Amino acid sequence: MQWNSIGEFFAMGGYGFYVWGSFGVTALALLIEPLLLRKRQNDVVTSLRRERSADERQK
Amino acid sequence: MSNKIIHWFKYGSPQSFYPLAGKMIPWFWALAAIFCVAGLWIGFFVAPTDATQGEAYRIIFIHVPASWMSMFLYIVMACWAGIGLSLNTRLSSMMASAIAPTGAMFAFLSLWTGALWGKPMWGTWWVWDARLTSELILLFLYLGFMALQAAIDEPRRADKAGAILALVGVVNVPIIYFSVKWWNTLHQGASISMSKAPTMAITMLWGMLVMALAFWMYSIAVALQRARAIMLERERHTDWVKYAVE
Amino acid sequence: MKQADALNQAGTLAELGTLGVLLAVARRDLLLALRRKSEVMTVLFFFVIVVSLFPLGIGPEMALLRIIAPGVLWVAALLAAMLSLNRLFAADYADGTLEQMVLSPAPLGLLVIGKILAHWLVTGLPLVLIAPLLGLQYDLDGRALGVLMLSLLIGTPLLSLIGAIGAALTLGVRGGGVLLSLLTLPLYIPALIFGAGAVEADISGLGATGHLSLLAALLALACFFAPWATTAGLRIALE
Repeated sequence: MQWNSIGEFFAMGGYGFYVWGSFGVTALALLIEPLLLRKRQNDVVTSLRRERSADERQK
Repeated sequence: MSNKIIHWFKYGSPQSFYPLAGKMIPWFWALAAIFCVAGLWIGFFVAPTDATQGEAYRIIFIHVPASWMSMFLYIVMACWAGIGLSLNTRLSSMMASAIAPTGAMFAFLSLWTGALWGKPMWGTWWVWDARLTSELILLFLYLGFMALQAAIDEPRRADKAGAILALVGVVNVPIIYFSVKWWNTLHQGASISMSKAPTMAITMLWGMLVMALAFWMYSIAVALQRARAIMLERERHTDWVKYAVE
Repeated sequence: MKQADALNQAGTLAELGTLGVLLAVARRDLLLALRRKSEVMTVLFFFVIVVSLFPLGIGPEMALLRIIAPGVLWVAALLAAMLSLNRLFAADYADGTLEQMVLSPAPLGLLVIGKILAHWLVTGLPLVLIAPLLGLQYDLDGRALGVLMLSLLIGTPLLSLIGAIGAALTLGVRGGGVLLSLLTLPLYIPALIFGAGAVEADISGLGATGHLSLLAALLALACFFAPWATTAGLRIALE
């Protein structure tokens, strides 16, 4: 282990902006994509459920 | 309509694949998380500081895997699209459309991290290096595929048109790569070679491989998730969808 | 009237040989293009204007212009070729001629090659012929102008062939024009690199043979694959 303190770890030897800029944006992208997908899935499912209950009421 | 399709193999139809995918997704998420933690651990705590590039080289642990995934996913996408075109299976075409946005995202991440790596190392955000340029063109190919599919309203036509474009793209990718490489070597004076990667310690290689595995598992999980949503959207008027959302 | 032409054609196509079919389609498209000369002229003027704009944007320094000349001329040719692409199948698609072609006994691939040939003769060849004149604006010497013409002569059919795939895929799609450029421009990159590279290599004294033969290899490859992909695209569009 080459880090003596937390501060040193976040400083990344002076390259903190570049390293955390890369890792941060990657993490953000990999978090947002599944969340958007979950929303898309939920939207379809709720609209399908609404359709179904409307159908049943009609019967 | 959907029930009359001949089943090529048991899970080749959306109605049997939908629940199976639902069961598989959590497993791929778990694998992705495990590999991600392991990869980050190797990348930040095991791999030593690079002699020439200092700590900035640690970007390699996401830059290289993201580039690998973007290229790999394009080939996988073209394969699914080709299968969908030749065997006329809906599921394969849906998989192709499900993979494209994730592939485009990895291409973008590869460019983003490449720029953030280039700035401290070579002093510019962008170099017209053969690899970065090819990656940019790959992103364009992904965007073209997605734009074409989005512009066609009828799903089956969108599938087939997209498949032809993906296949044309897959023939072109090596040609584009070699032409860009050729172009780059001729203009060597104007640009900086990016092939001088830090001398690869074995731990660095491991870190990259584990991160690539994490991205791979992530891609599978996300592609399956998106495929599930596409299935419901497209086949909303069929019986199986009505039971699937019980 | 055009539809009647096509029906007429379908009957006689079977009697013509392979080459005959190809030439018949090409001749028909050429005749149509001659009736609407403005389309040909638009593409040509676009090429001339774009090339002439660059010195105004960059400055009249001849040394600099000589360096950027191959790239500018080739990019302009690329854009000009693309401008004409969405008309490649659009008119025939709109009036139903294309459907007749698909149903006709002659192989669709052959008809497609004929149409691409006509498209090149109408839009590609004029670019090749006027390019040396524009090259003079950029102070290229005689040899470089020759190489420029040669590279465009090999390269513009390549642009028509690759573009035809995009034109077939975006046929009748909303926002087709912009979409077409998004699809085809990335695929044009190898042609641009070797085409402009040939002229550059000649100017810097390296010899253009390597570039030109690679360009010719790409053309051969495209001749083989592009009509096939275009045909598949057309069938999908007409389904």
